[in-house]
Amino acid sequence: MAIAAPARPAVPPTALDVEAVRADFPILGTPVHGRRLVYLDSAASSQKPRQVIDAERTFYETSYANIHRGVYELSARATEAYDESRVRVGRYLGARHPHEIIFTRGTTDGINLVAQSFVRPRLRPGDEILITALEHHSNIVPWQLAAAATGAVLRVAPVSERGELELDAFEALIGPKTRFVAVAHVSNALGTVNPVAAMIEMAHAGGVPVLLDGAQAAPHLPVDLAGLGADFFACSAHKMYGPTGIGVLYGREELLDAMPPVQGGGDMIATVTFEKSTWAPLPAKFEAGTPHIAGAVGLGAAVDYIEGLGRDAVAAHEHELLTYATARLADLPGVTVVGQASEKASVLSFTMSGIHPHDIGTVLDSVGVCVRAGHHCAQPLMQRLGLVATARASFAAYNTRSDVDALADGLERVRAVFA
Amino acid sequence: MATMSELYQTVILDHNRTPRNYRAMPEATRQAEGFNPLCGDKVHVWLKVSGDGRIEDVSFQGEGCAISKASSSIMTQTVKGKSVEEARALFEEFHEVVTGKSPGEGHGKMAVFAGVSAFPMRVKCAILGWHALRAALERPDAVVSTE
Ligand SMILES: Cc1ncc(COP(=O)(O)O)c(C=O)c1O
Repeated sequence: MAIAAPARPAVPPTALDVEAVRADFPILGTPVHGRRLVYLDSAASSQKPRQVIDAERTFYETSYANIHRGVYELSARATEAYDESRVRVGRYLGARHPHEIIFTRGTTDGINLVAQSFVRPRLRPGDEILITALEHHSNIVPWQLAAAATGAVLRVAPVSERGELELDAFEALIGPKTRFVAVAHVSNALGTVNPVAAMIEMAHAGGVPVLLDGAQAAPHLPVDLAGLGADFFACSAHKMYGPTGIGVLYGREELLDAMPPVQGGGDMIATVTFEKSTWAPLPAKFEAGTPHIAGAVGLGAAVDYIEGLGRDAVAAHEHELLTYATARLADLPGVTVVGQASEKASVLSFTMSGIHPHDIGTVLDSVGVCVRAGHHCAQPLMQRLGLVATARASFAAYNTRSDVDALADGLERVRAVFA
Repeated sequence: MATMSELYQTVILDHNRTPRNYRAMPEATRQAEGFNPLCGDKVHVWLKVSGDGRIEDVSFQGEGCAISKASSSIMTQTVKGKSVEEARALFEEFHEVVTGKSPGEGHGKMAVFAGVSAFPMRVKCAILGWHALRAALERPDAVVSTE
């Protein structure tokens, strides 16, 4: 006898099979405090799928040796795996050439490389570096160091109360003394997606090169760097379902070619004598020493994983969750969403009246919900918004509506503890 | 895991809602600021220490979570009227309490912080005000960080 199918709520328009995605992440089956793990801190670092964990393990078990060294088969295999990852990452980010992809330790490392090698030698006293008010500390402090060493000054484009860049003010700040622009593609604290295409156009109209801090963009948005015309882009594998300790600096070939190396050592030279050394071509010039070979392999597997899910599908899924979560939190008394930009990605920052974000975080943890509480390494932004800290939930491909429901229920519990 | 009511004891919630000695002290003889760079929390502690080394008055203000605010509030009550030496010893005792090495009995309300030891991520919140106190006892104008 046929059984009528039960009425189902409308399935959100996403091609992502979230239950299948969840099954890829072993940690999601690990209870926390005896509860189902509800991981809402992927903006800090994402969890790792089996495909990435296995890629690293298999590499160590079957193909590991140092790269660019041995004449033996194993070293050739390792070198091939390392180079192959660069090709995949280049394709993922829309680079023109694989050698525009430099493996770094992460976003911070990449930004510092550009600050020291590209920007600092171009700075004279009174020159300006332009950033925005919503930057992560790692896209502020490297510029302060370069400015302090040269007498240059840091200029900051303002953001509105809603957490949106004031584009006119940004454009007005680009002047004859502007030597460099460095901006977040997506804000880690508020989720704001900056209008980077317009910003790059404005900067280029003034002849100023642009670095995008892509830490939060790379995992969540389709990124096409050649199409965007970005000069530099830095991101971290650990936020992209990949391993810690490795990231990427993309730079346009002409710029990277003209830049001096920052670290000297093995692998980055063409010839060495005591009088003079010459540099290896890209990308080796910027990869002195034995790199994080297995990390690069893991990162290659991570971008394959995201592409397998479909970047548009992931973005649509996260957007649907963000919309749902924003609506759920709006219904909770005393909860205020911080950051109301019209374009947002995967981040929901909020406060609760009379309750410090730390206390929110601890009570949520007691019910298995992991959120970030604090200034999110964006103290100047918090000051701009008149806040010390916020609580932040952030979403990835493996999150579900029931994760959002657990967050909302957890916030009711917070309210009860502090009633 | 320890429960939320073991961490957020009634006394702590009360001091969070109505912190005691919560004011600036223009006539202070010593003061210090404490920062937790990890979370941005801060506390300012003022002391009036008499010529013979007694804490005649103590107050604080700051930005922080319930644990940090209640701890600073109870700190002011605990050390008021004590000698500088006694206050230093109380700092040591408080450290033992929040790290689970002492139940903290016999020192006023200090024992309510014993529950913090089950939450290692929150020990720094609890100890921030006490760090500022100790800094003010070492030097008349100090800035300290929990890191
Ligand atoms: C926007 C942004 N920029 C930079 C960083 C720094 O990344 P990493 O710590 O991996 O170098 C982060 C990570 O928190 C980030 O979210």
